[in-house]
Amino acid sequence: MSGNVDALFFYLVGVTIFFSVLISGMVIFFAIKYKRRTPFEIPRPIAGSLKLETMWTVVPFVIAMSMFVWGADVYFKQYRMPRDAMEVYVVGKQWMWKLQHATGQREINQLHIPVGRKVELIMTTEDVIHSFFIPEFRVKADVVPGKYTRLWFEATKSGTYHLFCAEYCGTNHSGMIGSIVVMEPADFDNWLSGGAGQQSPVAAGQNLFQNTLGCASCHGDNGQGGRGPALTNLLGSSVPIQGDGTVVADENYMRESILNPTAKLVAGYQPIMPTFQGQVSEEQLIQLIAYIKSLSPQRTSGITTTARPANTQANNNAPATQSSPAANSQNANTTTRHGGRSRQ
Amino acid sequence: MEETLATPSETPRVNYLNARYGLKSWLLTKDHKRIALLYLGGVSLFFLLGGIYAMLIRIELLTPKGDLFQSQTYNKVFTQHGIIMVFFFLIPAIPAVLGNFLVPIMIGAKDLAFPRINLLSWYIYMLGGILTIWALLSGGVDTGWTFYVPYSTNFSNTYVVLAGLGVFVSGFSSILTGLNFIVTIHTMRAPGMTWFRLPLFIWSHYATSLIMILGTPVIAITVLLVALERIAHIGIFDPRLGGDPVLFQHMFWFYSHPAVYIMILPSMGVISELIANFSRKNIFGYSFVAFSSIAIAVFGFLVWGHHMFVSSQSIYAGMIFSFLSFAVAIPSAVKVFNWSATLFRGSVSYDTPMLYGLGLIGLFLIGGMTGLFLAAIGLDVHVTDTYFVVAHFHYVMVGGTLMGYLGGLHYWWPKISGRMYPESWGRFAALIIFVGFNLTFFPQFVVGYMGMPRRYHAYPDIPIWQVLNVMSTAGATILGFGMLIPMVYLIWSMRYGRAASANPWALPGLEWRTSSPPPTENFTVTPVVTWEAYEFAPPEELKVIGKLEPRDRADYPPDYPAYTES
Ligand code: HEM
Ligand SMILES: [Cu+2]
Repeated sequence: MSGNVDALFFYLVGVTIFFSVLISGMVIFFAIKYKRRTPFEIPRPIAGSLKLETMWTVVPFVIAMSMFVWGADVYFKQYRMPRDAMEVYVVGKQWMWKLQHATGQREINQLHIPVGRKVELIMTTEDVIHSFFIPEFRVKADVVPGKYTRLWFEATKSGTYHLFCAEYCGTNHSGMIGSIVVMEPADFDNWLSGGAGQQSPVAAGQNLFQNTLGCASCHGDNGQGGRGPALTNLLGSSVPIQGDGTVVADENYMRESILNPTAKLVAGYQPIMPTFQGQVSEEQLIQLIAYIKSLSPQRTSGITTTARPANTQANNNAPATQSSPAANSQNANTTTRHGGRSRQ
Repeated sequence: MEETLATPSETPRVNYLNARYGLKSWLLTKDHKRIALLYLGGVSLFFLLGGIYAMLIRIELLTPKGDLFQSQTYNKVFTQHGIIMVFFFLIPAIPAVLGNFLVPIMIGAKDLAFPRINLLSWYIYMLGGILTIWALLSGGVDTGWTFYVPYSTNFSNTYVVLAGLGVFVSGFSSILTGLNFIVTIHTMRAPGMTWFRLPLFIWSHYATSLIMILGTPVIAITVLLVALERIAHIGIFDPRLGGDPVLFQHMFWFYSHPAVYIMILPSMGVISELIANFSRKNIFGYSFVAFSSIAIAVFGFLVWGHHMFVSSQSIYAGMIFSFLSFAVAIPSAVKVFNWSATLFRGSVSYDTPMLYGLGLIGLFLIGGMTGLFLAAIGLDVHVTDTYFVVAHFHYVMVGGTLMGYLGGLHYWWPKISGRMYPESWGRFAALIIFVGFNLTFFPQFVVGYMGMPRRYHAYPDIPIWQVLNVMSTAGATILGFGMLIPMVYLIWSMRYGRAASANPWALPGLEWRTSSPPPTENFTVTPVVTWEAYEFAPPEELKVIGKLEPRDRADYPPDYPAYTES
């Protein structure tokens, strides 16, 4: 994981040492060799040299471009989300990290993950900006109020690694730390099943959708549509917007549609949806979106995978691949009942 | 000591310092040289205060546990260190002190174009400073010097608005100074002082002034919006009101990246003077050095996004900003190469100002090269918001700006005060500062790459992290003592230093062709410039402006008869 970044780092260290030695060597050598001998001596003036100027403009530029390309390449790989990752939801809050697995397990300031599996975090915050930073993996991303940001990584060795908040977030900023516990896959599955019975985000979202918030009254019981547009197969699709153009439906679009429904009105619908700003917590929003995403079993937003359906992961040792649509909706349905049962 | 005062048998000549006496003659002065000294006082005061905060930070970090302060107190300490050092020391230091004193003299003018505005700018600066100090005394501010929203608007319960007001107000003094320099450089150059005869110090101040007047209004607006949002919740930055917190970062860095060039460009001007003059040679590639300043000023406005690579800005925006950041590093590299080449076949002296000059090349080199690490976007993701960034910007801002300021202060001290500073103490302090500086900040690169985040009151108990932090604190202690030495001997020398001749370094610049200290009107007759920048000539051929007396040649051996007068 850290290999790509470290290779780039050592390339830059090499170049830095080379130029530092070259230039300070030159300066020291000249300073000694041309030390002033008599107080008022006047050396012969040298105006400059176009050849040299060109050389020390072009050579550093070429070297700089090699750094740029390499750096951009590393970054591009880091910030293109993989399609087959295991999703974990993260909510930052002064001064703790709240995490939830797709299977429902919740953790605070700790994240358990298996070795050799891509993990994608979908993150937001309840208050100020934070930044999720795992030095060992050389990854970091800000966690910004009002939107979702993502980060992915794949641990290659089991062990416990530091987790820091890297963006200053107030009084106890330096206490907003935790650990990433990387386990062998079998141990991880064990750990996961230890938390069985917790409601998965999809199930919780479905409950919110159908009961608590009453979204279903307009969007249909299973999101098939009604007075409001259908939400099935929404993820990653191009939605025609009233007025101009289309928008690709990703998590941030869904979020906006819930909190500020009139911002982008779907063509052909009336602006009748109320805002849910202030009525849903960040965690509930994530659950709602997880549910809506589960209605698009075959789609991805191009950068994410579909949400994993509830409770299958615990007994699923196979590497994460997309589940079949059938299995997906099947599971979503099973969890409905779960959700219903655990509702107070 | 009695003798020192008594020896000069001649009656003191009238100069800008003794032309008038009394507090009023200082507080209402329109003389750019006196205003420069007013700024020197203010800037030194703020530097001292910022330095005390720095020491407190370093003492806290001696141990992993946060045992000296409460967390919020620590956060206030680093915030106030940053605000004071950036806005009240680094930004005004060289332009407002050395620039104010020297820009008119170096181009052969009697004063700046708008002397009253110049005085006004000092009052505005002090007002901004007092507002900020008021915020500190009332209880302080804990947002970091970067004032990131929504922490600063909706969450911090400290004196954000008052401190912001201080920054807002002091910005106007930058704008006025920049305006004054630009008009002065355009309209008040002496006959014969063409653009390409200007010392590079002037070019770099011109470039700095451009940034000051184009960039500062943006930070003023940004700070104002933060205050409005905090007081009236108008929803510019708050996502719950439809705002965007990342917008703040764009606005903040749109100014604050160019602002780092406000801090470094004047220093690049100083070092160009030092390197050329103390190797008694014209600068290698004059026009390349001059235009690289302008290029930095212009392209510096296009790279602000490199502070936001992990802020959720789009991948493609990140790549463009990365590319442009690499591009803007090239003019800086060009300068370094030209400075080094200037030494070739020169006559290099090891006087204190030159020691700062040579040291600065080395430190700026490290600072600039590590800037490339941060511009390499995939690598910045790891090191951003760690001590690596802290080390980087201290290498450029302390290693570059502070060293340039000290070098310049020593170099022009004879002109400013009319006295020589003690040379051996000067060299000794320069050495101590250089060693202390590297010991303070080099370990921070290492601990930063290991992942230690910045702005942490307490850090995990990892032995090597503590070792590196202890090294850093030890270095800071050495650096702190090193800084006190010049403070003491410069003040001492104002009274007891050996009287300086008009041209103690035997240099061709206009500022060395009038007496030390200069008369209020700088030159008794209008200079006519017939020489190129850095055109060295034997002392007996250096034309002086006006009439000089024997004491003006005090530093020359008797067989160097005279200057020719013009
Ligand atoms: C050679 C040219 C330079 C390059 C390529 C460069 C690059 C960068 C980059 C990419 C960052 C952002 C790092 C991050 O936040 O992750 C940065 C931070 C910074 N740089 Fe530079 N830099 C250069 C020169 C300078 C100079 C000349 C100064 C000041 C005199 C300076 C002062 C700063 C400051 C103050 C910060 C951090 C501010 C903060 O986050 O509090 N840099 N630099
Ligand atoms: Cu910058």
